Amino acid sequence: MTEARPSRIPDLVARRGGDLLSGWLAQQRAAISAHAALISDAELEDQSKSFLDAFRAGLASGDLQDIDRAEWADARNFLRDVSRSRALQGFRPSETASFIFSLKQPLFDLLRKELAKDPVNLAEETWRVSTILDRLGLYTTEAYQAMREEIIVRQQQELLELSTPVVQLWERILALPLVGTLDSARTQVVMETLLERIVETGSEVAIIDITGVPTVDTLVAQHLLKTIAATRLMGADCIISGIRPQIAQTIVHLGVDLGAVVTKATLADAFAVALERTRAKTPGTPLAAR
Amino acid sequence: MDRIPILKMGRYLLVTIQVDMHDQLAMQLQEDLTARISRDSAAGVLIDISSLDVVDSFIGRMLANIAAMARVLDADTVVTGMRPAVAITLVELGLALEGVHTALNVERGMTLLHEKVAARGG
Repeated sequence: MTEARPSRIPDLVARRGGDLLSGWLAQQRAAISAHAALISDAELEDQSKSFLDAFRAGLASGDLQDIDRAEWADARNFLRDVSRSRALQGFRPSETASFIFSLKQPLFDLLRKELAKDPVNLAEETWRVSTILDRLGLYTTEAYQAMREEIIVRQQQELLELSTPVVQLWERILALPLVGTLDSARTQVVMETLLERIVETGSEVAIIDITGVPTVDTLVAQHLLKTIAATRLMGADCIISGIRPQIAQTIVHLGVDLGAVVTKATLADAFAVALERTRAKTPGTPLAAR
Repeated sequence: MDRIPILKMGRYLLVTIQVDMHDQLAMQLQEDLTARISRDSAAGVLIDISSLDVVDSFIGRMLANIAAMARVLDADTVVTGMRPAVAITLVELGLALEGVHTALNVERGMTLLHEKVAARGG
């Protein structure tokens, strides 16, 4: 923009802040009426007021183009917080962005009244307001998106931790019931937790139950074999149980060699074998008797 | 120069690796151990690596080699106390140490060694 005239918007917003706020609040209430339960009126008013203050501070810089400037830092930080809290409250992205976009209408109204006799200037100022609010709106959407992604990453992490329980069945016998698809990241976690628990409990047999694994492809099979090899290196044995008929067929068709691995139909069978093995070495005592 | 001590316990040789293994040390161990197996006509070798927290492919291969050499010299080898991180590294390196017996700790390693030697009629 190459206009020489300084914008009248900062002055206007400073003078007519009260009118602007009430107009804006009315717009927002209309826009999110369907989600009125998600946010209280008082909170909405509070947020709007705080943003107008930050907006005024930004406008005072006189730069209505570049929201990366230091003067706009307050507005940016505030918008980021609002986007985050709205993402957590369950607002949709469009509703979150409308927090900013609904400010356009009241601001345009103010401008129209103020500059009714100067159409050229009015068009110019309208354009400026539109630009800056668009930028702020997009910033809101970006912040919202970032928060969403953060949530997804955290949930993945939680799922990963939840999905790999290692349970001690008996003295020196561990069981690892696997549920869900095995990928590289998960196998890594599975392997680490299993090996750590073997050291902690001094276990000699680990039963890997794959009843809950929906499909086994070459990659999953390879991951399983790796886990078994690592367990063996630690000085413990592995038994695989719960191989379903379809999976047995797939394994053979894929040419995966499970020859060196002990496999049992059910966890119960595997447990019986494990008990036999550990008893053979030393007379077993149940955990409670230790 | 550093050497890893080799202890004799009856018919078995005991090696505990308590320092960072470097290649030279590994070669020296391989030489010393084969010499001792032959001299003492040992029936078994127990290598405890519980203080070893870093391995590379060379050390991994060296362990496999020692086991193979001991086998030729009529002795069984048991590696004990491998840490989880070490086990994972070896597997990722593709070194599953097929010919090596393993045990969780020295005590169980000794039991295993007894069994293996007895099974061979030693």
